[in-house]
Amino acid sequence: MSDTTIPETSRKDWMSDQEVRWCPGCGDYSILAAVQLALPDMGVRREEVVFVSGIGCAARFPYYMNTYGMHSIHGRAPAIATGLAMARPDLHVFVVSGDGDALSIGGNHLIHALRRNVNLTILLFNNQIYGLTKGQYSPTSETGKVTKSTPFGSIEKPFNPVSVALGAEASFVARTHDMDRNHMMDTIKRAHDHQGASIVEIYQNCNVFNDGAFGQITAKSARDEMLIDLRHGEPILFGADRQRGVVLDGGGVRLAEVADVGMDAVLVHDETRPDPSIAFMLSRIATGPHEPTPVGVFRAVGRDEYGSRVNQQLAAAQEQRGPGNLHDLLRSGATWEVE
Amino acid sequence: MSDTSTQPTGERTESIDRVIIRFAGDSGDGMQLTGDRFTSASAMFGNDLATLPDFPAEIRAPAGTIAGVSAFQVHISDHDITTPGDAPDVLVAMNPAALRSDLHRLKGNGSVILNIDAFTERNLDKAGYSSDPREDGSLDAYKVYEVPMTEMTKKAVEHLGVKPRDAERSKNFFALGLVSWMYTRPAEHTLEWIQQKFGKDQQVADANVAAFKAGHAFGETAELFDHAYSVKPAEKVPGTYTNITGNVALAWGLIAASQLADMPLFLGSYPITPASDILHELSKHKNFGVRTLQAEDEIAGVGSAIGAAYGGHLAITTTSGPGVALKGEAIGLAVSLELPLVVVDIQRGGPSTGLPTKTEASDLLMAMYGRHGESPMPIVAASTPAGCFDAAIEACRIALKYRTPVFLLSDGYLANGAEPWKLPDVESLPDISTTFATEANGTNDAGNPVHHPYERDPETLARSWALPGTPGLEHRIGGLEKADKTGNVSYDPGNHELMTHLRQAKLDGIAKDIPEAVLEGDADADLVVIGWGSTWGAISGGVDRVRAAGHSIARIHLTHLHPFPPNLGDLLSGFDRALVPELNLGQLSKVLRAEFLIDAKTVSKVRGLPFTAVEIEAAILDSLGVAQNGAAK
Repeated sequence: MSDTTIPETSRKDWMSDQEVRWCPGCGDYSILAAVQLALPDMGVRREEVVFVSGIGCAARFPYYMNTYGMHSIHGRAPAIATGLAMARPDLHVFVVSGDGDALSIGGNHLIHALRRNVNLTILLFNNQIYGLTKGQYSPTSETGKVTKSTPFGSIEKPFNPVSVALGAEASFVARTHDMDRNHMMDTIKRAHDHQGASIVEIYQNCNVFNDGAFGQITAKSARDEMLIDLRHGEPILFGADRQRGVVLDGGGVRLAEVADVGMDAVLVHDETRPDPSIAFMLSRIATGPHEPTPVGVFRAVGRDEYGSRVNQQLAAAQEQRGPGNLHDLLRSGATWEVE
Repeated sequence: MSDTSTQPTGERTESIDRVIIRFAGDSGDGMQLTGDRFTSASAMFGNDLATLPDFPAEIRAPAGTIAGVSAFQVHISDHDITTPGDAPDVLVAMNPAALRSDLHRLKGNGSVILNIDAFTERNLDKAGYSSDPREDGSLDAYKVYEVPMTEMTKKAVEHLGVKPRDAERSKNFFALGLVSWMYTRPAEHTLEWIQQKFGKDQQVADANVAAFKAGHAFGETAELFDHAYSVKPAEKVPGTYTNITGNVALAWGLIAASQLADMPLFLGSYPITPASDILHELSKHKNFGVRTLQAEDEIAGVGSAIGAAYGGHLAITTTSGPGVALKGEAIGLAVSLELPLVVVDIQRGGPSTGLPTKTEASDLLMAMYGRHGESPMPIVAASTPAGCFDAAIEACRIALKYRTPVFLLSDGYLANGAEPWKLPDVESLPDISTTFATEANGTNDAGNPVHHPYERDPETLARSWALPGTPGLEHRIGGLEKADKTGNVSYDPGNHELMTHLRQAKLDGIAKDIPEAVLEGDADADLVVIGWGSTWGAISGGVDRVRAAGHSIARIHLTHLHPFPPNLGDLLSGFDRALVPELNLGQLSKVLRAEFLIDAKTVSKVRGLPFTAVEIEAAILDSLGVAQNGAAK
């Protein structure tokens, strides 16, 4: 490209001409706005951005972005995006997925994209319900959840998406929620800037089938006491007066009053710890979105990005053997001449 | 028993025109390696040949059992041959299980070479023999050569300080040396190869060389063998030849296609027998810019390929039947996205896990119809191991030109079978490059120029393809039904009907762009034999025999199965009856009957093995109402 400066854009430039068709009041609207507002600050060209999705309400996302995009099939977006990112390291590939798409039917692809550290920004809209199919429990629905397919209450234990991602040793794991646009924008920008696979769990309200699932922690009035904002290099504090904190305790972490334990005992957040164990413990502090819950970046570590390693092997092979020559390839085994 | 009264005359060599040798032993005995080396030596010598590796699914079934028998059949000839042969002339049996499982294949009066050291009571018992076949008369109809291979191998390598257990491992090279002497194969290539292959452990290399030479010398000096045989080089079209298996030819065809299309090659694949060798082969050639992903599962294999195709790579996924079943939904997505993709199915026996290492060609209807909705896909099927090269290029050509996923069918027999291949001149290969959209081809409601991804080429009906990274052509595609031209989501009934017909019309139109079917044999015959895929060799052999016996018969072999060649209906209408040999229960004949309303009769074989020419000959004669001995029935 001759013009090396990235053109200035505004939200409008990232909006497609398609009418947005989520239910009125859906949390997806605010996530869409946050993404469209964050993109102008990401230093990327529209034509270099691709949104890949699977199936579900969230998966309609690409249609509303004025970028390249693919609305694919249920659960497979991380696999499709892996191929695209391997083939085209010049692109900025986003995956938009939901809790059913990413953690149920597509669970295998998600953990392997994270394991390989493919250069993807994965946005996991977690509303703890199947919305598009009209209200069945999902792999993140709480035990006891009464839905159309669990009339007597779910007897399954839910996945914690951040724990799953950390278990797969993802190099970037974060959580945000649909009620705080700025927090979403900051988190998504950081996820995009990360080299390798980044995953952001976004608590998202489904006002039709699971309304208020996160209300106890994301309502403005509740946030101070219920959201634990993780900030790299700072003690992990929360509460209106930052009077509570997270402390390491007997091989685990727990919540404590700073007055009881002293500021020195409060755990200082370090996203860059090579070992994901403490990040994993932090992801387990809340048993569900009704207890103080960490948000922000749990882990951000540097690790070789998959696509660039693929390219290095290609470059090394070409350096060693020269660019492939078909004529020679066909004669690379034993040959003989017939006169 | 063998005739031991004749003179041991190593100098005496009898010339024969062809021979079929079957090496059979335990999975751990190295029979595939032995057969492969004998094949290579024969290829280098200039014989025409065809091979049939025949091994168990288990890497190591219990040693000495029938389930653990691994065999390799090779047919070498001084003239053009098309199959690995019918009944072997020679069976090399390394243990009783090998003898028991494979003796019935041997020609009457054929030769059996036994490793008698393996004929212990315990091994006889494991093979299910209640008495020793060498003593109970069951081998009377054959020439039997009893050779203490294990002991002689041990002695041959003794001076190298090899432990007896390790020494025994070289006995396949003793067998190879012996058979190489019997059929006057030049030894140099094999000796060179042993050094290359085992050079890392010089003692092993030396032991194998010593065993090979001992086997050779034994043949020359032992009184068992009265003379050796020579099979002269076949007369072949001048050129440079190599010996190639179907899977390697297919992998090279994909690399060639990538060069001819000037697009990087991407393979997304999950290991599965008998397709994995394509993944292995392509993984080696990174200097051609080939990217291979060993995906987490079959679905990710095809999914990653779809992603790479969207990014402008020549995208491939390789698998076998069970994998195709898993990929079905994603292949349907590729049909809807109208992106180029080649799905390679190396067929094997089914259903379910079926017969992983045994051949069958029973995925035709799955390739044709195995997706939900109206989801038409072109199908190309390779006919010979070397032909996999051209078939791969053809599948890629259709995929790119028509923006469609294409099925490329091969099978376990072609995949592992080998034949001499006259190497093509690279310059003569077709240009299969395609073009990408660079400028807007429509306007949106606001009147701004935009890319309409489902604008079609009026000739091919291929859609306009814009690659991510192209400024101004940003667009979205997906699995939901798309509005004609704009590609926006559409639930409009009329639009869905239109798009369904457009996708079908695009496929039908490919018929104009593929070679016409060729009728071989007698155009005025009543009966035509129609085949597809790997049955080519057996059918041509069978038809040739029938015609040589004075009967009138025609044949057609199909490479393009969907759509069919445009003249196929006309050709078929000239015959009263059609015979369709297939390694399934009649899948092509079902389609031919439906498509052309002809009286197609199936000749079926589902034994995990290819047809032999004799079987085809018998089926044709039966259909003609003639007994195989030529008498009218």
